[in-house]
Amino acid sequence: MEENQTWKTVIDPKKRRININFKEIWEYRDLIVLFVKRDFVSKYKQTVLGPAWAVIQPLLTTVVFSIIFGSLAGLTTVDVVGQNLMMPAFLFYMIGTVTWSYFNSTVSATSNTFIANRGIMGKVYYPRIVTPISTALSNLISWGIQIAMFCVIALVFSLLGIAEIHLSAYIFMLPLLVIQLIMLSTGIGIIISSLTTKYRDLAMLVGFGLHLWQYLTPIPYGLAMIPEKYMWLYMLNPVTPIVTTMRYAFFGSGYFDLGYYCLSVCVTLVVFFVGLCMFNKIEKTFMDTV
Amino acid sequence: MEDLMLKIENVTKEYRLGAIGGTTLRDELQRLRAKRKNEEDPTRKIGQKQVNIGERFMALDGVSFEVKRGEAVGIIGHNGAGKSTLLKLITRITEPTSGRICLNGRIASMLEVGTGFHGELTGRENVYLNGAILGMTKKEIDAKMEDIIEFSEVRQFIDTPVKRYSSGMYVKLAFSVAAHLDSEIMIMDEVLAVGDMAFQTKCLKKMREAATEEGRTVLYVSHNMNTIRTLCDRCIVMDHGKVIFDGDVDKAINIYMGNKMNESTFRDYESYKRPGFLKNPSIKVLEAEFLNKEVPYFEVTEPITLRLKWKCLQSVENAGLRIEIWNSHRVAQATYILYEFYSGKQGEVSEAVFKLDASMLMDAEYTGYYTFFNKDDVGNNHDLDCVPGLHFQKMTTKADQKWVWRPQVWGYIQLPTPEIIDMR
Repeated sequence: MEENQTWKTVIDPKKRRININFKEIWEYRDLIVLFVKRDFVSKYKQTVLGPAWAVIQPLLTTVVFSIIFGSLAGLTTVDVVGQNLMMPAFLFYMIGTVTWSYFNSTVSATSNTFIANRGIMGKVYYPRIVTPISTALSNLISWGIQIAMFCVIALVFSLLGIAEIHLSAYIFMLPLLVIQLIMLSTGIGIIISSLTTKYRDLAMLVGFGLHLWQYLTPIPYGLAMIPEKYMWLYMLNPVTPIVTTMRYAFFGSGYFDLGYYCLSVCVTLVVFFVGLCMFNKIEKTFMDTV
Repeated sequence: MEDLMLKIENVTKEYRLGAIGGTTLRDELQRLRAKRKNEEDPTRKIGQKQVNIGERFMALDGVSFEVKRGEAVGIIGHNGAGKSTLLKLITRITEPTSGRICLNGRIASMLEVGTGFHGELTGRENVYLNGAILGMTKKEIDAKMEDIIEFSEVRQFIDTPVKRYSSGMYVKLAFSVAAHLDSEIMIMDEVLAVGDMAFQTKCLKKMREAATEEGRTVLYVSHNMNTIRTLCDRCIVMDHGKVIFDGDVDKAINIYMGNKMNESTFRDYESYKRPGFLKNPSIKVLEAEFLNKEVPYFEVTEPITLRLKWKCLQSVENAGLRIEIWNSHRVAQATYILYEFYSGKQGEVSEAVFKLDASMLMDAEYTGYYTFFNKDDVGNNHDLDCVPGLHFQKMTTKADQKWVWRPQVWGYIQLPTPEIIDMR
């Protein structure tokens, strides 16, 4: 008899149906903002240097990379064989480190979304996807600070005559690259988080896997190190074109191959949507298994 | 205002026993292989009973009810009755296995206050964060900020990180946020078991107002019957995943209490093991029974008729009987004493019916404790036998009695009404 009554929300077991409620996510935008703020503020509270740590950390990594891979191991810092850039290795390592640290921290943080937040998620409902989104965004703030620092250092270097900065037209691709980086790292993170609600094994591998992945990406060395015949295999790594294009954008010359770039974009899109679907399916019942 | 706010249709929630959690992929693969080859489960511990993959546990089993706007509904039941599972389904923390839950409006859940509070953030920042988690927008929180701070009584500390708060302040602030949420449906699970007395009363009042004046719907789960009585005007009793009663609060509470209480009106002590301090038991209590009673519920004014049967193991003279009355926490509240009423010879079996005036014992659950004793030549009491007695419940069902006896606050005994000898 009440069948004519309209309900605002109906909860029933939806079997194998993917429905991502974008409207609802939009309604919770304030929560995203507050989560980002919380992550950022709480990270640097009670530290003397505060957000300066966002700059100091990659700076130290860059110094270590310059010494170990640059000076001691003497690995090449160009992406194309024979290329000669008027560019200190320091800047080369820096942009790689900054980009990788975004990827690294986003994947590792989003990959335990469910496990780390099961306390709060077991008590209150909010769209679960809000958590990985805000993680990706708060890491983006750190990334922004680090890129700004990179620009400052590059500018100082060029004023001192140590480096010649030629921005290339690829600089306009920067927003695209950033979006791709966000989607790729979040996608991988939420796939892992969905898989680890039942089996924790994968979570053990994340740290090690990311470490290994870094060496399969031209971060501590230039792409020129890779022999041409293995290039197709090497380029299956979707992070590589992002990194090399980023360097091309800032350094004025470098490596860009449209085919490999498109492959990387495709992989990113597939990973992201597979991740969304898995997340969507898991989020409804993960409390029973986590 | 007859519109429905919440409708639960035949909802079930099923959990698989033992199969989820605490298992690795390898175990599961091994199990799968064994199943295909029709071997027994290799991951099972030796001696452990084979857990059937099909064995399931119904946390909720066909629950249906409706809640209208402005109703305050209490949900009571023993641990494991399915109350919290039900709330988890309504608040969308997990999905039902089958059935449908329809909601008409926003839900504020207070399953546990303070979830989402971050220790490093100040009280004010946490109000924003917690409000947003509960589904408020920043604008809404801005508008309510003053009320929230005022209600929480922690204005002085609002800009201090909450990690420095005392647990009481923490809870007060958290409750204030949830209480000020503009939701049509409020869901609370034991949240009022926090804060001091004054704050609890304030919260109950606020909830009551929310239901009666603002027309919000309240679902409240608690084991505290007094708050249920104060807050709710309808009560649902759950047991083993099913709704076993839905309606009047007092009746519901009686059903719940009765469920928990041993309902027998007869007990046999033939094989009851006596405590060690009875060195020389010369009397053995055999039976105790409430006469003319199906269930041990007594009106406050109703006398209790108790029949005892005992056997004389050794001859005794001038034995007395003590009937101690304990409350449900096993604390003695009052005692009946019958001095020197019995002398018997060895092997004699006697039986007596006692009429106990229990009009001073107010609404609560009690247990008796029956002790035979006598005095030795020096005048010391000696226990001849003692056994735990029958459970019983005192209650008021008279319709004209508006108030409810509160044993936690007033004690269990109502003394005779004072006589006014002079009043000006």
